[in-house]
Amino acid sequence: MYQTIVFGPLIAAIIAGLFSKQLGDRGAQFVTCGALILSAILSWVAFFDIALGHNVVHVKVMDWIVSGDFSINWAFKIDTLTAVMLVVVNSVSCLVHIYSVGYMSHDPHKPRFMAYLSLFTFAMLMLVTADNFVQMFFGWEGVGLASYLLIGFWYKKPSANAAAIKAFVVNRVGDFGFALGIFAIFMTFGSVEFSTVFASVAEHQGKTIHFLGMDLDLITTICILLFIGAMGKSAQLGLHTWLPDAMEGPTPVSALIHAATMVTAGVFMVARCSPIFEYSDTALAFVTIIGASTAIFAATIGTTQNDIKRVIAYSTCSQLGYMFFAIGIGAYGAAIFHLFTHAFFKALLFLGSGSVIHAMSDEQDMRKMGGLWNKIPVTFAMMVIGTIALTGFWFTAGYYSKDMIIEATFMSGSSWSGYAFAMGVFAALLTSFYSWRLIFMTFFGQSRASQSVQDHVHESTYWMLVPLFILAVGALGAGIFFHEEFVGHNYAEFWGNALFVLGDNAVLFDHHAMPGWVPNAPAVVMVLGFVAAIYAYIYRPDVPARFSATFRYMYNLFYNKWYVDEIYDYLFVEPAKKLGVYLWKRGDEQTIDRYGPDGVSASVLSLARKFREMQSGYVYHYAFAMLIGVAAFVTWFIAGGAA
Amino acid sequence: MMEIGLVHYLIVAAMLFTIGIFGIFLNRKNVIIILMSVELILLAVNINFVAFSHYLQDMAGQVFTMFILTVAAGEAAIGLAILVIYFRNRGSIAVEDIHLMKG
Repeated sequence: MYQTIVFGPLIAAIIAGLFSKQLGDRGAQFVTCGALILSAILSWVAFFDIALGHNVVHVKVMDWIVSGDFSINWAFKIDTLTAVMLVVVNSVSCLVHIYSVGYMSHDPHKPRFMAYLSLFTFAMLMLVTADNFVQMFFGWEGVGLASYLLIGFWYKKPSANAAAIKAFVVNRVGDFGFALGIFAIFMTFGSVEFSTVFASVAEHQGKTIHFLGMDLDLITTICILLFIGAMGKSAQLGLHTWLPDAMEGPTPVSALIHAATMVTAGVFMVARCSPIFEYSDTALAFVTIIGASTAIFAATIGTTQNDIKRVIAYSTCSQLGYMFFAIGIGAYGAAIFHLFTHAFFKALLFLGSGSVIHAMSDEQDMRKMGGLWNKIPVTFAMMVIGTIALTGFWFTAGYYSKDMIIEATFMSGSSWSGYAFAMGVFAALLTSFYSWRLIFMTFFGQSRASQSVQDHVHESTYWMLVPLFILAVGALGAGIFFHEEFVGHNYAEFWGNALFVLGDNAVLFDHHAMPGWVPNAPAVVMVLGFVAAIYAYIYRPDVPARFSATFRYMYNLFYNKWYVDEIYDYLFVEPAKKLGVYLWKRGDEQTIDRYGPDGVSASVLSLARKFREMQSGYVYHYAFAMLIGVAAFVTWFIAGGAA
Repeated sequence: MMEIGLVHYLIVAAMLFTIGIFGIFLNRKNVIIILMSVELILLAVNINFVAFSHYLQDMAGQVFTMFILTVAAGEAAIGLAILVIYFRNRGSIAVEDIHLMKG
């Protein structure tokens, strides 16, 4: 069963990718969707069996690398954490596959798209089922590759190619950290298998490692290296720049890869490594700071963006920040719970915005939308459901997961949790504001689109709407149904040994000492954000312009994304470009080529030109040459004979 | 009266040979003259053969001469045939015009 879940999408990708000519568009869509539906159903079966039936499974597929002491298997370690990820990945992926049938109906390269999506799903499953770091790294790189291919799917658009390369390169920075982390783990523990490594972390506590000329704490170094990998994949502060640009890809890709699954791989990885992270307070504090800073940083940018997908992308970035600072304070269950619920409502928001974009003839700028709510009422309803779940409206998914994170942060005694709590609450305010701003700008007010676009506005087909309905159910119900398991009374039983919490860290259950205002804080800021948005975008549409004029510097800072791209451009991209041009012009063209291939071929050419002039073409010249030759030989023989 | 010996024959042959060689090089007009020069060179060789055959009392030299004459006849026939074809194609057999192999 587990082989089917993991390898089904791979086989479907191979069939759809290589045999698309024989299968046709419909065939490729059928194969990939079929495989994903099967995988999704089996994942839910596995979820009930493993997570709710407490039945941890370890499946060995085959030996992979055996070299001296170093041996790695292809194996699936399926515990509750993996089961949750299986459900998230396969459910969202399956719905996105079905949605893509409708969304990509005008695209000429459907089989390629479906094959990439399935390939991505396979890599992601490889990542979450891994039982050792190297296999996880394989999946990690696989999702990076699929992400590159899908962002650059419309390869004729230069901006899409640039975004794909940017995503790949920025992820390399993180992967470098991850790879170094794996090396350090192998050096320390002599193994890369999770079970072996996690069992002996405690013995290595307090040891130091000589790295970059400094003696560093071993466990902390490993954790921070691993976390740098997670930062790259999960678009945390500093390595987040690729995520908004990745919105150049088709919208289903944004929903699947850049909201629900791949970007959460970092959270998953850190949660998986909780037995290591728990032994380093420094690393956990670092995770908390980065997570909290990202949450507020991305939320501020989200309030000023005008591209509908970019707003949601920054929202994703911000929510990932929540997950990380939840991990930082030790609330792994809450982080994974938020990952789980976030997958539903963020995929819903992305697919809903895809439906809007589809209706608006591929327009993504919210300034050119407006007044859509009665033209595409189903999409509107779905977007509102996604928004209330994201902002944490009572009893929706976000209410349980996000509020749990904020409460746990308040109660946690770990370092920097106060900072994380303040940032979390403030980011929740901004989340509510920009989410409702998106709804109001898109669906209310006067339409600002051109007449030809307005005439074309239409509700999407059922291929696109049915996945929205299913995700809406998840966005509304995932919290209510599962919060007892993920973060409530059944916590210990549900997670089993999948998550490791050291000793007395029980932030998730410490509710009795909490002041009464804390649980209500997220709700209050949610309402505040809603009121601010409705005031600024419905009642007084002139307010935003005046506000941005008054606080011009702050507005420009947020609107230009804190100038991070510009700073990176100045610090890294431009010098790299200059170095490249220098090496190309001076190093390659003027040194290697000039004296190497070009020089040799030029001298051969000039020699040949001289030899050519000796060929007169007259018979008597050749005859003369022969005679001279014969005479010379004869002379030589005679002279030689005499000697 | 002087006795005519081997040396005289060899001198005649050498002169004929030299005339043939110079006929090839100094001739700028006609390819047929080159062919004739080649015949002259062959005849010079034949005279050498016959002279040595008589001098050494060995018939093999004279047999060789017969062969060479036959081959020379064939060669002349083929050479002339090529020339005819060449003239038909290019309208000239002047030596200076034949330089297709010029680089």
